[in-house]
Amino acid sequence: MPDYEPNMVLSTQEFRVVGSSPIRPDGADKVTGRARFGIDASLPGMLQAKILRSPHAHARIKSIDTSRAKALPGVHAVITAADFPEVSGRVADLAEGSIHNMGFLSRNIMAREKALYKGHAIAAVAATNLHVAAEALALIDVDYEVLTPVMNAQEAMKGGAPLLHERLASLTNPAVRPGGVMDDDDPSEGSNIANHFEFRLGDVAKGFAEADVIVQHETSTSAVHQGYIEPHTGTAMWQSDGSLIIWSSTQGHFTVREMTGRLLGIPASKIKVIPMEVGGGFGAKGIIYVEPVATVLARLTGRPVRVTMTRTEVFESSGPTSASHIKVKLGATKEGKLVAAEAELIYEAGAFPGSPAVPGCVCMMSAYDIPNARLEGYDVVVNTPKSAAYRAPGSPVSAFAMETAIDKLCEKLGMDPLDFRLLNSSKEGTRQVTGPVFPRIGFIETLQAAKAHPHYSAPLEGPNRGRGVASGYWRNNTGPSSVLVIVNSDGTVSLVEGSVDLSGTRTTLAQQLAEVLGIQVEDVRPAVADTDSIGFTSNSGGSGATFKTGWAVHHAGEDVKRQMIQRAAKVWEIPEEDVEYRDGVLRHKSDPELQLTFKQVAGRQNGTGGPITGRAGVNPGGVGPALATHIVDVEVDPETGKVSILRYTALQDVGKAVHPDIVAGQIQGGATQGIGWALNEEYYFNNQGAMMNSTFLDYRMPTSLDLPMIDTVIVEVANPGHPYGVRGVGEVPIVPPMAAISNAIHRAVGVRMNRLPMSPGRVLEALWEK
Amino acid sequence: MAEVWIPPRMQSLTGGRKTVQIAGETVRQIVNNLEKEFPGTKAWLCDEDLDDLMLGIAVIVDGESSQLGLLEPVKESSEVHFIPALGGGAA
Repeated sequence: MPDYEPNMVLSTQEFRVVGSSPIRPDGADKVTGRARFGIDASLPGMLQAKILRSPHAHARIKSIDTSRAKALPGVHAVITAADFPEVSGRVADLAEGSIHNMGFLSRNIMAREKALYKGHAIAAVAATNLHVAAEALALIDVDYEVLTPVMNAQEAMKGGAPLLHERLASLTNPAVRPGGVMDDDDPSEGSNIANHFEFRLGDVAKGFAEADVIVQHETSTSAVHQGYIEPHTGTAMWQSDGSLIIWSSTQGHFTVREMTGRLLGIPASKIKVIPMEVGGGFGAKGIIYVEPVATVLARLTGRPVRVTMTRTEVFESSGPTSASHIKVKLGATKEGKLVAAEAELIYEAGAFPGSPAVPGCVCMMSAYDIPNARLEGYDVVVNTPKSAAYRAPGSPVSAFAMETAIDKLCEKLGMDPLDFRLLNSSKEGTRQVTGPVFPRIGFIETLQAAKAHPHYSAPLEGPNRGRGVASGYWRNNTGPSSVLVIVNSDGTVSLVEGSVDLSGTRTTLAQQLAEVLGIQVEDVRPAVADTDSIGFTSNSGGSGATFKTGWAVHHAGEDVKRQMIQRAAKVWEIPEEDVEYRDGVLRHKSDPELQLTFKQVAGRQNGTGGPITGRAGVNPGGVGPALATHIVDVEVDPETGKVSILRYTALQDVGKAVHPDIVAGQIQGGATQGIGWALNEEYYFNNQGAMMNSTFLDYRMPTSLDLPMIDTVIVEVANPGHPYGVRGVGEVPIVPPMAAISNAIHRAVGVRMNRLPMSPGRVLEALWEK
Repeated sequence: MAEVWIPPRMQSLTGGRKTVQIAGETVRQIVNNLEKEFPGTKAWLCDEDLDDLMLGIAVIVDGESSQLGLLEPVKESSEVHFIPALGGGAA
């Protein structure tokens, strides 16, 4: 046992239920196999579908002949892009703030004019079983004109590079990340640069002129996958009244409804999406791939149809995160104060525009108070799968560049890296490079906790061992959210919510409701409702569900309390103003004899006016940004280049940990994914654009055997924008690991790893070049 | 009057000025008055068809990302920024 508390909470405000760690209501079903995930949606007469995928990374589709496949016994339908409506390339606000270019989305789901990556969907078959469907795929004849693929941004940005989209608009506005297409009469030449933008603050040239020490640094990273265990799956069934039901593994069932409706021309009111349990998403299940395919096949066959990706399809045909190429320059005074910074960030979007280059820029320098800064970002299309969100999209790779550059700067200055960060940390009132000033944030507090942690001062003995630190920032997000609170006659309440539960939010929302109502959390029965049964709710993403739906729960709980007060006043025949609601008990303000418990009022609700239901629909502001600092000890094997993680501590300002065990798990999970990204994970393409490691055997993710227990320190600096001080938690822990490990390797063996992953081969090469 | 921070790529429309003082009690009024003083700015910020901010643009008033867009109230002393909206987990 360690001689310190491995998972500690530095709490500043205590509540009755918020801040405890009750048993998750969904836990038993998940560990016993009873929980129903996407693939468990099985219907009578259901057909199975498979998708034919392009063997080429870049090819023009000259013709597709499906006649032989259609003639195969057991095949019920074969579709191509011709069976989908032609959708405008205009950027659309889909799900209340979720911005997408529908033309690109449609073409990603089913290739139309060109195949733009190996694995791009070309056609789909619905058959009586998967074996027949697979046999039919082999009978589809596709005539391709194979084109030269463009596999990285530097090549794609060169003049004369093969163009993925002949009419891609090269934008200069970071607001239009999903990209656009040129008007027909626009004579501009095409480009693979979908967007090129900048942010500026102060006078960068003047800042560098004032600097005593300047460092320049360059990093590159490969695409990595989120690695969720459950593949994408969707099942569609048309009803006799012309309405559609979709069962989906998704982070946002309203997004599935809106996207499928827009792509196929079906009114949202005709679509019900039932969210199943989600076997991991990490951002990537906020987009769709298979639901429209299942829907079109189901319409043609008159039967329910399910489409489920294989693991190889998940790797080759869903959305990894972007590869990146980043240059950064930092200037500081000899006392260690940052005075200037500039960076160029190039992100590969994959086959369609929309990399996370903007959040990468926005996050890169936000942890620091830098008076003069400039950030220049590029969103570039290449012949790889269209990138998708992955935990704090864009921030991990920009932090890898920034935080390793800071380590270089600290080395030049001879400063302790935590002291440097304390001197330069952003705090309330600090102006960000993008312009706005910060509200209350807790970066200083996480740095102080890191400095005080036993890990930071523990001796690290032995050869080839080193300790590194790095920090990370993520803005967090909000969005529209809806809940209903139904008071049951036995005194329990049903909490009906629109937020898909990815990470235990049923529990954290139930806790917040129990706190408002003054009842036991075990008396709250949370349930995620389908799109017909609850108001619009934005995706569970951006670390926003516990925040935004927590606000909805708070308002709905207050609504219930108001109704409870009315009922007690009616029973006692007194004015409502004379009734108070405290700790789950209704009291006459001046007559202590008059008391009714929550359960008693619940039992009398029908006789005092009818059922009590609280409701709320919110789109709250007040998002609290998250900052984290990680400490890692590594050992490098100089013979093999293998890097072993000896000890890892993650410290994070979470505002208020509603459920500290879940929060610690989120931090440990994020750090683990970051360690995999740092040391092993990458999309490895051959020169024809084919991914060569599209199985979990070859795509190496860390397991429990690879890592020590990750210690967490939950720092609580309350977010003033939430009733309990909550900040988003789930994303920022993936931001610091890559830089922390690179910095630790540098201290261990004196080489600075600028490229991810820092795999044994790359470490060995760096040692040989030393 | 509110202090409006002009995004770098829009500064050619404001004669290179990074911040300008603009009157208005809502973001809509700010945008309209900005357009009067610096023609062309509204087209950068707003979608006439939607009668709202352009998709993907967020307005930050006094450090707080607005959920009301053009309807957001603005004070005399406010600081207004137009920056890309960041959909977490939705790049």
